[in-house]
Amino acid sequence: MSQEAQKEKSMILQKEMIEGLFNDLDHAKELGKKVCYTFVPGNLSELIRTFDMLPVYPEINALQSAMRKKSGGYIKEAEKNAHSEDVCTYVKCDVGMLMKGNIGPTGTKIPEPDVLLLSYTGCFTFMKWFETLKREYPNAKVIMVHTPYQENAKMTPQMVEYMVKQFKEEVIPQMEAVTGIKYDEAKLQRMLALSKESEDWITKIFDTTKHRPSPIDAYFAGVYYIGPINIGFRGTQEAVDYYKELYSEIQERIRLGLGPITPEGEMKEEKYRLVVEGPPNWTSFREFWKIFYDMGAVIVASSYTKVGGVYDLGWRHDPSRPLESLAEYCMNCYTNLNIPQRIDLLSKCITDYEADGYITNSIKSCNSFSAGQLGMMREIEDRLEVPVGFIESDLVDPRYFSYSNIKNRLESYFQMLEQRKIMEKENV
Amino acid sequence: MKDLKQIINECKELSFDLNFTRAKKWKEEKPGRVLVGYMPIYFPREIIHAAGGMAVGVFGGGDRKQIIKGDAYYQSYICHIPRSIMELALDKHMDHFDGFIFPSICDVIRNLSGIFKQHKLGKFVKYMDFPQNFLPQIGGVFYQQEMEHVLEYIKEINGKVPTTAELNHSIDLYNKNRQMIEFIYDIRQDYPWRLSIEDVYHIVRAGTVIPVEEHNQILEQVCTHIKENIGVPQDKIKVVISGAFCEQPAIGLIKAIEEAGCYVVDDDYMLGSRMILGDIDATTNKPLEAISNSYIKQSQYSSSIYDVNNPKEYRLAKIVKERGANGVIFAAASFCDPSLLDAPIFQNAFNKLGIRYIAFQYSENINQFKVIKEQVGAFSDSIKLWEDEPAAISNINLTATDSCKH
Repeated sequence: MSQEAQKEKSMILQKEMIEGLFNDLDHAKELGKKVCYTFVPGNLSELIRTFDMLPVYPEINALQSAMRKKSGGYIKEAEKNAHSEDVCTYVKCDVGMLMKGNIGPTGTKIPEPDVLLLSYTGCFTFMKWFETLKREYPNAKVIMVHTPYQENAKMTPQMVEYMVKQFKEEVIPQMEAVTGIKYDEAKLQRMLALSKESEDWITKIFDTTKHRPSPIDAYFAGVYYIGPINIGFRGTQEAVDYYKELYSEIQERIRLGLGPITPEGEMKEEKYRLVVEGPPNWTSFREFWKIFYDMGAVIVASSYTKVGGVYDLGWRHDPSRPLESLAEYCMNCYTNLNIPQRIDLLSKCITDYEADGYITNSIKSCNSFSAGQLGMMREIEDRLEVPVGFIESDLVDPRYFSYSNIKNRLESYFQMLEQRKIMEKENV
Repeated sequence: MKDLKQIINECKELSFDLNFTRAKKWKEEKPGRVLVGYMPIYFPREIIHAAGGMAVGVFGGGDRKQIIKGDAYYQSYICHIPRSIMELALDKHMDHFDGFIFPSICDVIRNLSGIFKQHKLGKFVKYMDFPQNFLPQIGGVFYQQEMEHVLEYIKEINGKVPTTAELNHSIDLYNKNRQMIEFIYDIRQDYPWRLSIEDVYHIVRAGTVIPVEEHNQILEQVCTHIKENIGVPQDKIKVVISGAFCEQPAIGLIKAIEEAGCYVVDDDYMLGSRMILGDIDATTNKPLEAISNSYIKQSQYSSSIYDVNNPKEYRLAKIVKERGANGVIFAAASFCDPSLLDAPIFQNAFNKLGIRYIAFQYSENINQFKVIKEQVGAFSDSIKLWEDEPAAISNINLTATDSCKH
């Protein structure tokens, strides 16, 4: 089975950052810091840090529980308490974890929230999630930030204004009240300048998949790369340093003509270049990844790595318009894009990164992604004449990961790609 | 005045006419008229009316439309209504519609708006982002902008910009409509045998596919009829139905609940027609602001509205208490995120409040209800058998509810 994963310097840096955060969370009270639960899409990391709060991301806790094989038990616990089998398993995993003592990935109890920052961006379930948590944590302050959907494929001045008003009249005053810290716009601006830097770096990193062989896997490894920018470090020098280091490591791989690093070492041969739509399965993450790298398939772009922000098309945080910029950031996360926008973005990825195919990993309990995926797939197939594949799994419910079904489907798909390549060669 | 049976039969025809014949005919009667389809839950139909149009409710194909094409758009684990709406659209049932409104209910309906855009269905497709901020100067203003956006679309079609007087007139018509629907529910609270819930459903749903003026005439006649002492009381408990606000249960299921021993004295089947509680001010010179304020300050609870400052469980408990109901039936469409995600909140609270309930799931196209009927029958019997040990709903402390406002 899998060998010990190779560790590069950037991996160690990331590990230290995350350990530091959890260490701070363990000592939040002693440090006098307030704890803010929030979500990855539309995360207002810089604003949270402006008020010296420590962020907790329930989705991240859930996926980490899945990787530690604990999510199945947590989900059952929630289902015993009237949670339906058919709803978001992140929510159930989080509720189950709470019912079992809220022990986090480091083995210690995650502190209770002082603030539930409901960044209602691109996912309806977020709202229900924090309505549920509010009942569990009656003393926590819920701060709702309603992010308008890009229904017409644009962010209008009215939409920005709506969000800025929420920041000014609701979010910031409530954060001031909870933390006792006065809003410092200059501090926020300094962080936004660093955010912009990290965003530039991460865009360059994901753009390296244009090389052949691609030096990285933009889905399975990509989920690690987006860690710092999505879970509270965007806007910090640590994140900038991490991304610089990662970029330099990737440049070295390009210089040496190396493919992506997998849990079993370097991928030796790049046979297929794919774009993937949808989140990964976390309960069997390594087995799932292995199916791809065993077949020589590398993911050159994925929608999931854009869930915490879409930077490919040039949008960046702008320190000169701090609150407007936060509003635009929230509206510009992947699941807040409408279906035609998503199709255009994925089509661009397929073209820019010269992908051989397009795969949808449809997640049973995530309608934000899944509803509409079949229509998207058909449109992309028609538009680009690219072979499309479809598999189904779930985020953190192990009952919905069927290894043999997924492997069978993918093997058939790769056979189709292979035949297509042979036919193309013959035609040439 | 028509007799009640005749009115009900007409409403039955109208409410499940998947070709929207009356709306189509209405449009053809006069140039410049537009039809705008709206999905559940709520949409301020007043503004379409004032702009020379008619808002037409699109609540899926129910058990009357075979799904062939729609299934190709949605995975098995997504609710049924988007596939039946797609089927209706692709089979050209709604070709005479000028535009479509998708109110913000959930991710599925939101993304369905994108599929409609992708297929370029209608002259416009608008996802209506209802505010989740309930301050008039923030969420209220945003909501007005959303309504103005809809009006711009209509203006592009018929060139019509509604005046203040026209908007106030439309508000007034819908106020009357809501008043009469509430009157029916109020009468049924004490005399549920005068009109079955199936009949109420047909009467209210018919109003979503015909001009409001015609619906108001129907309602006036129904109200007159049910003021009379008609029907025969039966030994049934009273229940409130909650959770069925989007994908509609098949009519057979609605009927089966009452047949199994439960008078339904309140429900959220056609929540959109009853969303605004009380009148909207029809006398101001800012009618859009009046509509916006009504949504922010006087809307019914809903699983799609952020409720932290106004907990839904206490609001439902208050309805149960005020209607004198013996319990609640939670009926959720399969895979309905809003309804199912609310289930633990309601059920945990009702366990503490001592309100009896049962829960089941349905799908709009399923018309075999034997199991559900047995479940409802057992619920009814158990409450009747426990008459010596009342749920004491009248004693429930709902102070939290009474003081809650957005």
